[in-house]
Amino acid sequence: MKVTVEVNGTSQSHDVEPRTLLVHFLREHCGLTGTNIGCDTSSCGACTIHVNGESVKSCTMLAVQADGQQVTTIEGLAKGDELHPMQQAFHENHALQCGYCTPGMIMAACSLLDEIPNPTEQDVRLGLEGNLCRCTGYHNIVKAVLAAAEGAGK
Amino acid sequence: MIPVAFDYKRASSAEEAIALLAEYGDEAKLLAGGHSLLPLMKLRLAAPSVLIDVGRLTDLSYVRDAGDHLAIGALTRHRDVEISDLLQAQQPLLAAAAAEVGDNQVRHRGTIGGSVAHADPASDLPATLLALDATFVAKGPNGERAIPASQFFTGFLESALQPDELLTEIRVPKAPGSGFGFQKFNRRAQDWAIVGCAVTRSASGTGVALVNMGATPLRATAVEQALAGGASAADAAQLADQGTEPSADLNASAEYRRHLARVLVRRALEAAGA
Repeated sequence: MKVTVEVNGTSQSHDVEPRTLLVHFLREHCGLTGTNIGCDTSSCGACTIHVNGESVKSCTMLAVQADGQQVTTIEGLAKGDELHPMQQAFHENHALQCGYCTPGMIMAACSLLDEIPNPTEQDVRLGLEGNLCRCTGYHNIVKAVLAAAEGAGK
Repeated sequence: MIPVAFDYKRASSAEEAIALLAEYGDEAKLLAGGHSLLPLMKLRLAAPSVLIDVGRLTDLSYVRDAGDHLAIGALTRHRDVEISDLLQAQQPLLAAAAAEVGDNQVRHRGTIGGSVAHADPASDLPATLLALDATFVAKGPNGERAIPASQFFTGFLESALQPDELLTEIRVPKAPGSGFGFQKFNRRAQDWAIVGCAVTRSASGTGVALVNMGATPLRATAVEQALAGGASAADAAQLADQGTEPSADLNASAEYRRHLARVLVRRALEAAGA
């Protein structure tokens, strides 16, 4: 069936089986491979994207459920060569090691700041509980999110 | 992991969903947020041949003051239950329990009705609603009926819902200022509770229910009776595993679950001011 999703501001229409997962729609049909598949069981958060502005795990959503909705992936954050403030904060705070969890971490963190603009460290740790870093680099990830929140508040 | 192929039908109203259920019978499953069903389908533990998507029935997403009770639409997402001012003020246990479901991403998709209909004894909300003496409203081809929580959970992943019925609303009593406690023991945020417990405490008494201590969510009736008889929270909590049949799995032995139930019930009772 035909599924049309507004991905990063561009309408994407593709013929897919109803069982196609949103993450496969994005990676294989839209060619947007920035969204990673980690555990494939809605545990690790590597596949986190935004649907209508809120973080969701794209491995646990069918593409047909996103039909007619707005999706943002990691590719949609930067403006040309200018990194999104959250990406910049991850860069400046060395908040990535192997980088596998990073796209999902950043998408989850952006959604978190939308809901809690001035989070405490505990808010950030709790708010990112659905994202696992296999390098266990949480310390700098939390630092980066707090820095991004502070930057946005200036 | 990719589910077995299925036919996809999108319902644009509750009536259309019920008509589709009547047409496809028990070959069909309702899809709301999909956070209970899709993981099972990806593991191929469930393989419905038809999915009826009710996820766009936004008129079933609400939290309302209905006079003598609060009414919550079945399609209300966990996130919306969690941040509802009305629930935080009038039924704080439910808002607090919703905040413990999965993680942010899960709460942005999963719905209260989906969680109830899935009837997983390890889920947070079925036990919470049992403690609250909630009422579940189901619509079918013959109209609407109200099912008390105490009669709803009939077995492991089984409920009193008929294959041709759609859960439309959850009703909970108003309890402004009630004491409450919700305890959940797990290893990662998105795991089901190894054991959990929900406590609500008001002038009319104390309700205690257990997560993952048997095939269905369970009321800890021995604890409730002991409290009604004047026992302390610490003494009553010692009875928390009475009448339960916890399973053993790689996370915990049955005996460890019984221990957890006693500890978590004590903590939840103390948090509720018992």
